[in-house]
This record gives sequence, structure tokens and C-alpha cells, in this order.
Amino acid sequence: MSQASEPRDLRLTQLEKIYANGFTAVHPLDLTIPQGSFFALLGPSGCGKTTTLRMVAGLEVPTAGSITIGGTEITYEKPYRRPVNTVFQSYALFPHLSIADNVAFGLKRRGIKDTAKTVADMLELVELTAQASKRPQQLSGGQQQRVALARALINQPEVLLLDEPLGALDLKLRRAMQLELKRIQTEVGLTFVHVTHDQEEAMTMADTIAVMNAGRIEQLGSPADLYDNPATTFVANFLGQSNLIAGNVVGEDTLAGAPVVTVDMEGTIVSIPKERAHVTSGKGWVGIRPEKVLVAPAGEPIDAPGNHFTGGTIIDTSFIGVSTQYVLRTAWGQEISAFEQNTGARGVLAPGTAVDFTWRPEFAFLLDASQDATAGVDLGEE
Amino acid sequence: MRTRRWLPYALFAPAALWLLLFFVVPFYSLLANSLFDPTGDNLTGYDVTFHFGNFTHVLSKYGPHIWRSFWWATISTALCLVLGYVLAYTIAFKAGRWKNIVLVLVVAPFFTSFLIRTAAWKLILADHGWLVQTLQSLHVISSDGRLLATPVAAIAGLTYNFLPFAILPLYTSIEKLDRGLLEAAGDLYASPAKTFLRVTLPLTMPGIVGATLLTFIPSVGDYINAQLLGGTTDRVVGQDIESLFTTTGDYASAGALSVILLVVILVMTMFYVRKAGTEELL
Repeated sequence: MSQASEPRDLRLTQLEKIYANGFTAVHPLDLTIPQGSFFALLGPSGCGKTTTLRMVAGLEVPTAGSITIGGTEITYEKPYRRPVNTVFQSYALFPHLSIADNVAFGLKRRGIKDTAKTVADMLELVELTAQASKRPQQLSGGQQQRVALARALINQPEVLLLDEPLGALDLKLRRAMQLELKRIQTEVGLTFVHVTHDQEEAMTMADTIAVMNAGRIEQLGSPADLYDNPATTFVANFLGQSNLIAGNVVGEDTLAGAPVVTVDMEGTIVSIPKERAHVTSGKGWVGIRPEKVLVAPAGEPIDAPGNHFTGGTIIDTSFIGVSTQYVLRTAWGQEISAFEQNTGARGVLAPGTAVDFTWRPEFAFLLDASQDATAGVDLGEE
Repeated sequence: MRTRRWLPYALFAPAALWLLLFFVVPFYSLLANSLFDPTGDNLTGYDVTFHFGNFTHVLSKYGPHIWRSFWWATISTALCLVLGYVLAYTIAFKAGRWKNIVLVLVVAPFFTSFLIRTAAWKLILADHGWLVQTLQSLHVISSDGRLLATPVAAIAGLTYNFLPFAILPLYTSIEKLDRGLLEAAGDLYASPAKTFLRVTLPLTMPGIVGATLLTFIPSVGDYINAQLLGGTTDRVVGQDIESLFTTTGDYASAGALSVILLVVILVMTMFYVRKAGTEELL
């Protein structure tokens, strides 16, 4: 394969950042971000995601390791010589320049004289043509965000870095901009690296998500992979919610032709698909997402084969509209949550109702019991 | 609540009175002076005869001094801006926790009188002082060269005395500068030099304008530095006004010179502020 046709992947190799005060922001990290992908670095504040991004942008000098784009090393390259542009969290628009001049800034610095046409096209892409001659402070937050995006995109960087670009917008605008960003990324086909602490945002937009925690990547995969098969309690709790129930691995078996791990969970033997079992012996956390837990009044049949539990009691009922969220106490005294779509098939169960519950074995996962069952809880929304 | 209409006027009154007593009245009297009949004296009194000849008279007699005042003020202002900008930038970006201490040091000279500090420069620049001898031995100046009583000394004195007035407004505007904008410029292919030229400099323009006005205006009218540090042959207009008022008693010429100085400064200031694009400051 010739050099030119080789994919221009962004590759981080053993990249590490230790600050002068001794704090390790990023532990040696290996990551390959394929050319043209929409990649999200997801994690709570202080997890090292922004530091990683800033090292790629050249705004932070790595302590060790290397950064390459398509084989070209840029680890210690000056920021203004990298084929990389950033959309900053604060937008960092130049207040003394018009919107058009802000957008043209990068092109002009690279000595491109005639920028009018390119700038006009870019402003059209982000639907700001009418604002071209205004100053940034005359624009709304959403418009400023799009200027920041246009100002970076116009340079056609090999990698576009987005540092919590939607953080300052209100919820509705944020949802609209998420779809907009995704549309633009598909249209221009550049590699986007998006840093966010909002798991919903990461799942909506990214092809691949790396979940970071305490300077390390906890897990890497597609949004569906991470959600369905979290590898750690942190990922299980940070991406959505999980019920984690203590159990002991009993052995291995096959269920409907697929290999499973069997676990003694509070006296009931449950089975978990082998590929979702992250421990195969000793103690473990049996994980199940709340929407996968099916609830019915005690004694009534539940439409799911599998792990069946009796002796539960509803202790809290929240009617959300499209769904109802229950908290129920199990026979062994643990509180777990169950989300139910309001299909109308049955009325809402009042607190105090005795219930049975179940879940399909293929939806459960098994995590290492040495991990903190509450890791990543309440970190998603800041 | 009932609006107290008189309150704004009451609050405005002391300032208005102050300006009336100490600006409008003296300014009127200065203007009147400049139009005195030059033949008057302290015994017979002076008449305002709208003698515009006073202006042409002082322009022809003191023209070179006026020119020198503006020229020296321009040089010292330029030096103040360069030195002040570098220092203010360093304080704002590099001083870290020493920031406040360094700022106190900047204004520390004010604890000593302006006159005494200028007089102290006579010692530093003296013919047998360490500075002159060092420069002589390094052949920067000739073996009989001197610093005291030269334009260099006077301009150095002006620069020294007005430097804090440049540093403070420059510091204020550099300190406010959003560091994120400098990162953004770097991210958008601007080298450090280009970032300074395209982002830092335009955004700190208000500080530059403030520093210029605060150093240039007092420098033009200053006569202490020329008197104590400059040579006897290089007179500035401030010295002329001083001696015309206090020694010669030629109030007409002194008034005319003062008015000329004032008008030229005013016109230059307005032109400069407009050129710098910071009208909103006035």
C-alpha cells in the first residue's frame, strides 16, 4: 500500500501526562482513532479527557509517549503547525473581529489571500450568512457555538477536536446541535474527537466511545457495546443506570446452545452469557439495566423466560409519562430499579404492591466484585 | 416610592462646582491672559485687547522649544509604551503569586517626591558617577562624553518619571485578556508573533491608548526633567512658561504659550484616539 492511500488515523501511543505538582492526569494511554470517525472521550470532570485532547491540540506537552496522524509524528509539534483544530468549550471567539473575520482567521494565517468565497460557503453550512458582519458578542450562545465550529472546520483539519462544545447551551439547543454536528461530520467526513461528560451526548453522536476514569480508559467500544456489555462497574453506572447484585460464580453451562456462566445470586441460580461475564470464578456483581427488569404483581405470569424472583415489594413509583420508574425491594432486602413502558397493558403498580420480577438472561452482565458497586454513580450530570 | 428628582443634581453639584471653580474660571483667566495687551505691567494693570499678536510672537520666539517639548514627549512616551508593555505583560502572565508585590513595587517610587527622585537622577548621571565611567570604559560614549545636561538625560528622566502611569493601564488591559483567545489563535495557525500582532495588541488597545495619554500629556508640559537633567541650551516650553510667569512677568506671552500647548495636545489626543479606534474611551 502506498503512503498516500494509507489511512490518516490518529494514534496515541503510551501517552502520559504528569503535571509539575506530581498529579498524573493521564496514565500511559494507547488509542487509535480511525480516519473519518466520530470518536467521543467520555468521562466525569477530572478524568483526563480534556488533558488528552489538549495534548493532541499541542496546548499541553505530554510527559511521555507519542501522537501520530497517519504515521507522521506530531507529539512535540507547535500547535500552530499541527493539522488539527479545536472547538473550545468557551468558544474563544475573537471579540475584536467580525464573524466573517473570525472564520477567516485560520486561512489568513496560512497565507491564503482570497478567503471570501470559502468563508461564505462555511457560514452557509452553519446557517450564519446573515450574521457575517456582526461581532461575536452580538450573537446568541448557539450562534457563537456554530461560529466556533465554522472557524475550526474551514481549515479542513485532519482531526477536529471538540472540547465540551455544547456544554454552555441549554438542553433543547444542545439536542439540536448534537444532530447538527453529526450531520456536518457525515458531510465533511473529517475525524472528530469529541470530549464530553454527557453520556447521552456521546451515545447520540459518536461511532466509538472511550470511557475515561481517573486518567485511564475504562472501556472502548460502540455506544451499544458499552451500554449492553459494560466491563466495569464505573462504565455500568456512568453510562445509564445499572442494578448490581452480589453473587457467586457456580460454574459454566450452555443455554439454548450458547455458553453461559451460572451464578448463585441470593439463593437463585442465574445465568449470564459467557461474553458478558467479566469474571468466571469467585464473587461477582450481576448487572442488569432497569429497563430490562420486568415486574408483575405476585403470582401473575411474566412474559419472559429466565431468572425469576418472587417476594419483591414496590417501595416507590414515579410516573414519567412514557414510562414508569419503580424502586422495588427484593426478598433479600436490596433496592433495585425497574423501568416500564406505559403500554397500557396494565395499570401503574402502587407502592406496597407485592411483586415478582424477572429478566431475560441474555441481557445480564457479570462484573468483578472487587470493584466499587457505586463507582460512577451521580457523575453523569454536572 | 416617590422619585426624588433633585437627587441626581445634588450628587452632581459638588463636581460641577469644583470644575467651575478650578477649571472653568482658571481656563477663562488663562485665555484672557493670552489676549492681554503686552504693554501692560503689574503697576498699570493689563487690558484684554484681543491682541492675537501674542500668539505669533511666542510662536516665532519659542517655536523650537515647543517643537522640542513635543519631540521629547513623543520619544519618552514611545519608550514608556515599550518598556511598560513588556513589564506589564510579564507581570500579568509570568509573575504568578508575586503579581501583587511587583505591582506595589511599580508604584513604590510615588512614596518619594517627584522632585527628589529627579534630583537623584543627577547623581546617577553625574560626570564622575559609576554609570558614565562604565559607559566611557566600554566606549559606548567618548572618554569626555557625559550624560547629565544632555537631551538623553532629560528624556530618560521623563521616561522614568511617567513609566508607572504607562504600566498600570497596560497591566489592567493585559490582565483582562482571555488566555483562551491566545490558545485559539495558536490553534488557528498563528505563530506567537502573529498571535501578538493579531490578537493581543488589538485587544489591549484601550490600555495602550490610556498609557499614551497618561504619559504623553504630562511629558509635554513637564519642565522639571529638562531643568534638572537637561542642558541649559535645550529648553522646553514648560521652562519658558514658568519663567515668563514667575520671573519675567510677561503674562501675555505665558498665557499664549499655555493656550497653544493646550490646543495642540487636545487636537493630537482627539486625532490619536480616533485613529486608535477607541472613541468609546472618551
